[in-house]
Amino acid sequence: MYIALVMVLVVVGSILFHILSPWRATPIASNWGFIDDTMGLTFLVTGAGFVAVILFMAYCLYRFSHQPGRRAAYEPENQKLEAWLGIVTTIAVIILLAPGLLVWGQFITVPKDAMEIEAVGVQWNWSFRLPGADNQLGSSDVRYIDSANALGLSPADPKGQDDLLVTAGELHLPLGKPVKVLLRSIDVLHDFYVPEIRAKMDLVPGIVTYFWFTPTKIGEYEILCAAYCGTGHPQMRGKMIVESEADFEAWRTAQQTFEQSRKSDAGRDKRASAQ
Amino acid sequence: MTDASVPQNVAPPPAEVEDVELYHAHSWITKYVFCQDAKVIAIQYAGTAITVGILALVLSWVIRLQLAFPGAIPFIDAQVYYQSVTMHGMIMVVYMLTAIFLGGFGNYLIPLMVGARDMVFPYVNMLSYWVYLIATLVLVASYFFPGGPTGAGWTLYPPQSILTGTPGHEWGIILMLASLILFIIGFTMGGLNYVVTVLQARTRGMTLMRMPLTVWGIFAAAVMALLAFPGLFVACVMLLLDRTLGTSFFVPSIVELGEHKEYVGGSPILFQHLFWFFGHPEVYIVALPAFGIVSDLISVHARKNIFGYRMMVWAIIAIGVLSMVVWGHHMYVSGMDPWFGFFFAVTTLAIAVPTALKVYNWVLTLWHADIHFTTPMLFALGFLVTFVNGGITGLYLGNVIVDVPLSATLFVVAHFHMVMGIAPVLVIFGAIYHWYPKITGRMMDERLGKIHFWITFLGAYAIFFPMHYLGVLGMPRRFYEMGETAFVPASATTLNIFITITALAVGFAQSIFFYNLFKSLKYGAPAGGNPWRAASLEWQTPETPPGHGNWGKQLPVVYRWPYGYSVPGAPEDYLPQNAPPVRGERSP
Repeated sequence: MYIALVMVLVVVGSILFHILSPWRATPIASNWGFIDDTMGLTFLVTGAGFVAVILFMAYCLYRFSHQPGRRAAYEPENQKLEAWLGIVTTIAVIILLAPGLLVWGQFITVPKDAMEIEAVGVQWNWSFRLPGADNQLGSSDVRYIDSANALGLSPADPKGQDDLLVTAGELHLPLGKPVKVLLRSIDVLHDFYVPEIRAKMDLVPGIVTYFWFTPTKIGEYEILCAAYCGTGHPQMRGKMIVESEADFEAWRTAQQTFEQSRKSDAGRDKRASAQ
Repeated sequence: MTDASVPQNVAPPPAEVEDVELYHAHSWITKYVFCQDAKVIAIQYAGTAITVGILALVLSWVIRLQLAFPGAIPFIDAQVYYQSVTMHGMIMVVYMLTAIFLGGFGNYLIPLMVGARDMVFPYVNMLSYWVYLIATLVLVASYFFPGGPTGAGWTLYPPQSILTGTPGHEWGIILMLASLILFIIGFTMGGLNYVVTVLQARTRGMTLMRMPLTVWGIFAAAVMALLAFPGLFVACVMLLLDRTLGTSFFVPSIVELGEHKEYVGGSPILFQHLFWFFGHPEVYIVALPAFGIVSDLISVHARKNIFGYRMMVWAIIAIGVLSMVVWGHHMYVSGMDPWFGFFFAVTTLAIAVPTALKVYNWVLTLWHADIHFTTPMLFALGFLVTFVNGGITGLYLGNVIVDVPLSATLFVVAHFHMVMGIAPVLVIFGAIYHWYPKITGRMMDERLGKIHFWITFLGAYAIFFPMHYLGVLGMPRRFYEMGETAFVPASATTLNIFITITALAVGFAQSIFFYNLFKSLKYGAPAGGNPWRAASLEWQTPETPPGHGNWGKQLPVVYRWPYGYSVPGAPEDYLPQNAPPVRGERSP
């Protein structure tokens, strides 16, 4: 009796916790509202299943607990019932899966007009690269990396000369424009993670990965690393600032190009050798 | 055979394997140390697994203390935290859960439940345990080497795991990989034994479809493990070569802390594929024996046959097959080709169907049953709640797009602890309370058992259920401190403190179990041969505890399935598998 009651209380407590919990998803700041919707649907379907199964169990515990003289029924199987349960479950799974796959289809289809930017992870900070006037990012390779070329841009690639380098860990983005984030790591696995945009993706050394989103809310967001990258992992932070197009343009023109950074470094080197 | 209801041509002849005198061990060492009796090997396996499991429990306190009181405990720094996370995870998944289900329950129950005298290769079976023990010692030894154990996370993802930013990169990672290689060698010897014993050593009348679901679960898990562990084996060997000889299987050209490394051309994602090709079946290697055992616990203590036995068997097989093709759901945001997402989401959610059918059949077994609320039954019910709860959150993480925001957050931690931590551990406890009388001849204390159950079940639920919500909020896992983070409110720390205090309490409450375990050895009520009035074969041995060779002079002959409970017309509410047929009986 009391056991059935405890099981009911577990169900009721879980539902109350869900309703009253102050720990909810962060306010969304990207186009990925569909992800939240799919999760909401998943909660409804699976929550109903959980409640139904555990309450049924609790009823059985209450109704069929041992009494002197009771004898259980003998029913090895009931193929009709089992088939029905199989069909209902399959339908429930399809209800979850179909919208999920549709949204995944959007997630992996980058809009043609998306602005390409690059995020580079290194233990334990973030750098960024934006295309210059030619609207194209130059090629890069780990072997070009040295103290004057932290992101390993190819010095010979003309497309890379006007690329804008952002090394302070602060990325600005214009509101309402789709962004394709190209991800590159020069040491270990990292993961570009901003909870408010919902999307995330690993940075994998040796290859370039990507994901896309459209910022929909002006504001300042924290970039975390979501792939364990050593003892400094929690400290690997960056900032993502979503602002109006005009503010973004102002910020962009203030950034140094690859060419400029090499010149200033070369100048510094010359001065150093003259002394 | 005078019963007229048994036609002569159906009555089986006596079973053939006879007791052989030479086969028995005679010295203390061969009886209790280098022993070839599967039952003793089972105790050795379980004892080692539980011992190392206690270490993992203590490590979980280190993790929880740091998360609730960051910086307040002087000996916990980032290095110790990550080492604890890594060792806790690896020990629990491999050295504790896999070892206790297959090496422990598998060894004890398979021969007894299928009516065999022992495993078919007793000597190899003994070696299996000793290699497992050495593997465990090598793992624990990493605490005594310079740099300590590896802090690479239990997934050991390269390049991080073999580079200098990782605690234990000097010796810890090498010992971890060596230990895993040894474990797999030891497991392979045991696993082949379990599979061949089930296929070859069943007694007369014990058809495959008359085996208890415990045996089905362990058998399927052993087959899967034999197929999946080689993936981890080669990954470990290659990673070891990358670490020691500088090969580049998994590491491309990188610059680590300003220094160009020698590696060139390796693929970090390749390691992830190999790891999860093992890692996901591993979840079911732990789950399927638990499924099997819990089916039998529910059936015995509800005095009713397991509902839909044939469906249960086919569901085990379907889950086993499907689980070999779902590993990519651990890698949705790993940077692998995103088109794989479609495939792995479909296979992963497909596995929910046979799994849900098993859940339905467990609760339907309770319908019109005669439920005895014994300690094993309570643990089985606790398993149902935690498994259903953990199973449905799997539908979030398996559905590729829903996984994207939740991956790498505490939601994942809560999910897998509920479904493959708490749920199987509750089954292990239930199974120990259930089979202890057969193993020792004495009952465990029911009152202490129930206290242990309620603290463990409600406590564990209170630890992991709220943790999901921190994950929904977006709190990442593997952060040894959250620091100042704008989106994390102060109340998250309050919840973390609650979780930690509950975890400490639940951990200490396990001493009730150990007290009961050891006290009952001497002071437990004598159990007799079959205290639960169970129908399956292990309760029908001529001696309790069963002697070497299990069955005395003559092997039992099986006439029916192991779920002959409350059969209409039978004098008692259970019909042992080896009791001669009753008039008019139509058991499967």
